[in-house]
Amino acid sequence: MNIVVAMKQIPDLQQIRIRNRQPILDDVPLTLGNIDKNALEAGVNLRDEHGGKVIVLSAGNENIEDTVKEALAAGADEAFLVIDDSLDGAESSLIADVLAASIQQIEEPSLILFGEGSGDNYSGQVGSRVAEILNLSQVSFASNIEIKGNQAVVTRSLEDGEEIVQIDLPAVVAVLADINEPRIPSVTQILKAGKKPKEVLELDELKVEAGKAMVITASNLAPETERKKVVVKSVDELIQALTTEGYVGR
Amino acid sequence: MAGLLIFSENNGLALELVTAAKSLNAAAVSACVINNDEQAQALASTGIQVYAVKNNDLLMADVGAIATAVTQVADKAGADTVLLASNRRGKELAGRLAQAMNAGCLTDVAALSIEGDKILCQRNALGGATVATQCIDAANKVIAIRPRIFEAAAEGGTGAVDEIAVDVKKSGVTVLEFKPRAGEDVDIEAAEVLVVVGQGLNSQDDLPAVEELAKKLGGEVACSKPVATDKKWLSEERIIGLSGKKCKPQLAILMGISGQVQFTVGIRDAKTIVAVNSDENATINQMADYIITADLHDVVAQMNQKLG
Ligand SMILES: Cc1cc2nc3c(=O)[nH]c(=O)nc-3n(C[C@H](O)[C@H](O)[C@H](O)COP(=O)(O)OP(=O)(O)OC[C@H]3O[C@@H](n4cnc5c(N)ncnc54)[C@H](O)[C@@H]3O)c2cc1C
Repeated sequence: MNIVVAMKQIPDLQQIRIRNRQPILDDVPLTLGNIDKNALEAGVNLRDEHGGKVIVLSAGNENIEDTVKEALAAGADEAFLVIDDSLDGAESSLIADVLAASIQQIEEPSLILFGEGSGDNYSGQVGSRVAEILNLSQVSFASNIEIKGNQAVVTRSLEDGEEIVQIDLPAVVAVLADINEPRIPSVTQILKAGKKPKEVLELDELKVEAGKAMVITASNLAPETERKKVVVKSVDELIQALTTEGYVGR
Repeated sequence: MAGLLIFSENNGLALELVTAAKSLNAAAVSACVINNDEQAQALASTGIQVYAVKNNDLLMADVGAIATAVTQVADKAGADTVLLASNRRGKELAGRLAQAMNAGCLTDVAALSIEGDKILCQRNALGGATVATQCIDAANKVIAIRPRIFEAAAEGGTGAVDEIAVDVKKSGVTVLEFKPRAGEDVDIEAAEVLVVVGQGLNSQDDLPAVEELAKKLGGEVACSKPVATDKKWLSEERIIGLSGKKCKPQLAILMGISGQVQFTVGIRDAKTIVAVNSDENATINQMADYIITADLHDVVAQMNQKLG
């Protein structure tokens, strides 16, 4: 049983600064999406239990060869990478085409794992699009996954309850951030990661009919925040301020 | 825009979508309803045309089949734009439906407006650090709208309810069990005052004092995500942020919260923000109106005492 984990290369969000409401992305290091790391952890645990391989799948610019080491160090066995500058920050529909075409080249993928949303856009579309392209069953917002033969029993965590669903494999599952605590690789694991097998394809080698981008971004600005930033020295001063604002002693 | 179709399995959210749809000057607004007579009646009484699908093989849990059904209804309704709710079911469906309709798609949309023939959508980007204004440049569009952005549509008129047959294949999805969440009945989005605790709180035993303070201020207790999901000291209904609730209280007192953007995105629309943090350089202070550098437990105790 092979498990594919789709992971997105994103800028390290902690390190993005805002200047004049514009996000400054220069020199921000790249990393893999946070919830994608939960998906990887889930995949690695299932492999440890059931055997097979975990293959990390990512599409992006050439930096992913380096960024993916993080995932190989954290337990993935192999990487399948599709590289093209145009894939960097590309829209969900295009990425879905590329990932679906890649999955078709991977041997016997039983389970294709995603995070519930990418770290940066959190739009949650790609997994669902891939499931539709490949005509597979899917469960998102998964808080538990068990493999039972040719089927998986997955808990879909909804606002009003938990739906326990049995689906035929292969299937697409997008995990919740709360499903597990991703491991932090040791130094030796990081050193060994560079030697794990990688299949690297240029986008034109994949022979995928990628459509045109369907979403246009008119602007992307930090919201205006005007705050008083008054430092108060004591609880008395704070209560005084809240009284003046009309929140206390109404 | 030709026609506009709305769909949500959730009755309340479907009514919100009617209001959203009516704000968009669509030529015709109709609704797709799947195996839910009550919802079909409620939507028809807002004056819109309802297409009711009745098919017991069609499970809400089978997102692929639901996408197929909604695609067929959109086709028959002559709709090129589908509005969904961005609750979990709606969000999971959005990408799949968009793929099936060959549509562009935006989810978690927090504001809609019309500019010429474009529907401008606002949503958070870069983990909530920015707000992107985007539009879909494709013949077909799927837009999933966050709950509570629009009011539920009121009754007015009588739309027709037409039964419609869809053709869906049997799939390998079975629901084994549904365990309702022993949900706590609290609505932090409706509170005027929120006292919000983060991981700076020492223990669950310190919560009663925080609750007392919230009560004295006429508000509710809310929390950052780890307090609910990791520590499980409060229920998930009380989480503020990207994966929790977006709140706009008059007053928010943030205690022992560092100020990660995934949190602040849920509270930045509060009128007045107070930050209580033991670290004078905490990021949260950058977005506060009043900053107090102190141990939150002392602040809570003193406020409780002084507010009598
Ligand atoms: C995709 C994604 C979605 C997320 N969604 C959410 C979300 O919806 N909501 C959310 O909250 N988080 C969310 N997070 C997590 C978020 O990134 C932060 O990890 C989280 O908000 C931190 O919570 P915190 O501020 O309570 O804890 P910490 O970051 O641990 O901060 C604790 C703070 O308490 C202060 N402190 C400690 N002791 C005291 C004391 N005695 N008195 C006063 N101050 C004290 C410390 O100085 C520190 O600033 C999400 C993350 C991801 C990746």
